[in-house]
Amino acid sequence: MQRGRNTGMRILALDSSGLVASAALVEDNVTVAEYTINYKKTHSQTLLPMLDEIRRMTELDLQTVDAIAIASGPGSFTGLRIGSATAKGLGFVLDIPIIPVPTVDSLAYNLYGSEKLICPLMDARRNQVYTGLYTFEGGELITIQPQCAVDISEIISRINSMGRDVIFLGDGVPIYMEKLEELVRTGFYLAPACCNRQRAACVAALGEKLYEQGKFQSAAEHAPDYLRLSQAERERNQKAHEAVGRG
Amino acid sequence: MSVKEDILILAIESSCDETAASVVKNGREVLSNIISSQIELHTLYGGVVPEIASRKHIEKINQVIGEALEKADVTLKDITAIAVTYGPGLVGALLVGVSAAKAISFASGKPLIGVHHIEGHISANYIENKDLEPPFVCLVVSGGHTHLVVVKDYGVYEILGYTRDDAAGEAFDKVARAIGLGYPGGPKIDKLSKEGNPEAISFPRAKVGGSGYDFSFSGLKSAVLNYLNSCEMKGLEINKADVAASFQKAVIDVLVEHSLQAVKEYGLKRFAIAGGVASNSSLRAAMKEECAKREIEFYYPAPVLCTDNAAMIGAAGYYEYIRGVRSGYDLNAVPNLRLGER
Repeated sequence: MQRGRNTGMRILALDSSGLVASAALVEDNVTVAEYTINYKKTHSQTLLPMLDEIRRMTELDLQTVDAIAIASGPGSFTGLRIGSATAKGLGFVLDIPIIPVPTVDSLAYNLYGSEKLICPLMDARRNQVYTGLYTFEGGELITIQPQCAVDISEIISRINSMGRDVIFLGDGVPIYMEKLEELVRTGFYLAPACCNRQRAACVAALGEKLYEQGKFQSAAEHAPDYLRLSQAERERNQKAHEAVGRG
Repeated sequence: MSVKEDILILAIESSCDETAASVVKNGREVLSNIISSQIELHTLYGGVVPEIASRKHIEKINQVIGEALEKADVTLKDITAIAVTYGPGLVGALLVGVSAAKAISFASGKPLIGVHHIEGHISANYIENKDLEPPFVCLVVSGGHTHLVVVKDYGVYEILGYTRDDAAGEAFDKVARAIGLGYPGGPKIDKLSKEGNPEAISFPRAKVGGSGYDFSFSGLKSAVLNYLNSCEMKGLEINKADVAASFQKAVIDVLVEHSLQAVKEYGLKRFAIAGGVASNSSLRAAMKEECAKREIEFYYPAPVLCTDNAAMIGAAGYYEYIRGVRSGYDLNAVPNLRLGER
């Protein structure tokens, strides 16, 4: 069987950052199993049964897994924690590291090789999106705008100012379709169903690259990167800010 | 003759603002009981902020579990089963413990047991009182719960009454805030009450229509707030200690009356209290006195087992394990889970 470069790494990957729940087993640059669902059940009910199915189908001995890659945020706070707590529990028992993979980066990785702009859009509520801008140069993912939480019109004006064709993907696309049609001045495309949502195989593939760069942590250390404070903290900071303003 | 093997439960609890893990042997012996409290953090906000609680749980959970195993001087290999609180509680907070416990069960091959938080509180009494066995009546009073329960057998409960509105501990918190004592209200009111006169102000003893065993504390809370307002309007100085003592007495009177009525009606000779408010010194004293008068055996856990902890989940988990209860990998957090439901 023809395989890519053989790193010998066996990575279990999880993504429960958005509406999709996805789990994958990737080894030696091959996706051995991937289970992705986008259904109304909560991630708490689906994620571990999916992992269990992968284990049984691939006769996986968990002790042979080298690392766990996890979509580490941004995303739904609760969804991120279901994934993270699962990864932390696995890491605790198996004594293996966790590779936190920025969610928006791994969404962009779906469109490997595109020389157009890649703009993932995740619904972030409060009229915002979790987004970023990426492209590929020489097979490498280039980050133009690191993942952030901004108003949809802000990221669109950034795209317009760059004047480059763009591919949109993510669960924010159907929600902001009207805005895209109204405001985007460059040529734009929508990624198709096979690669327009979170996929754990992307998390694993990008995770392996991050691992090579030493970007991993212990299971105990790991926590999601929410990109946002809790509402209570925001309000408290706001009050403190206003108090300072009044002097 | 076979040698009975010890059953070790690794228990995890994250239903509110304590991240906790424990190893319990044979349901009654606590080998470790680690609690990482977030109380100081939430004090800034005057109460538990669910999102902040959930974030702290995920930061602490592995350390707390690791410490529980270490302190018990065991490894995961020695553990028989994993028990975890899956409700009731704050859903985001519960999900951290539930997700971690499921992953640990999955990766280690140890069975998983979802435990009801209130069942845990009740079971804290098994740890403290080695001779206590069902049947008995138990009053569970905490910041989130007020339940009067007949424990018919291990894991078999009949709920006689619960609160229609505020939990008893919640009323303590709200009154404490109103008289400027801050959060958490229970211990602060308990302490200040010792300097006050419980008969100084006449607050209502709430009666609830329908079930004679249900509770209601929001009327009492409003009565206290009205009293404070009217004093302020009349320019009268408020004696905080008297307010605290009179409020506390009104709560305790109702708790005592309902509890002893239940013990009598069900013809039982044992009564236990559990939950955070069960550490309240006046409540304990009142229950002790009334039980002694009626020759009822009175049981209560040490304060460390009254607040949220995982040892109590380990005790409850043990009895569920013995009964053959096992949870699947699809176990979900159930924020309003009822006692006795699965």
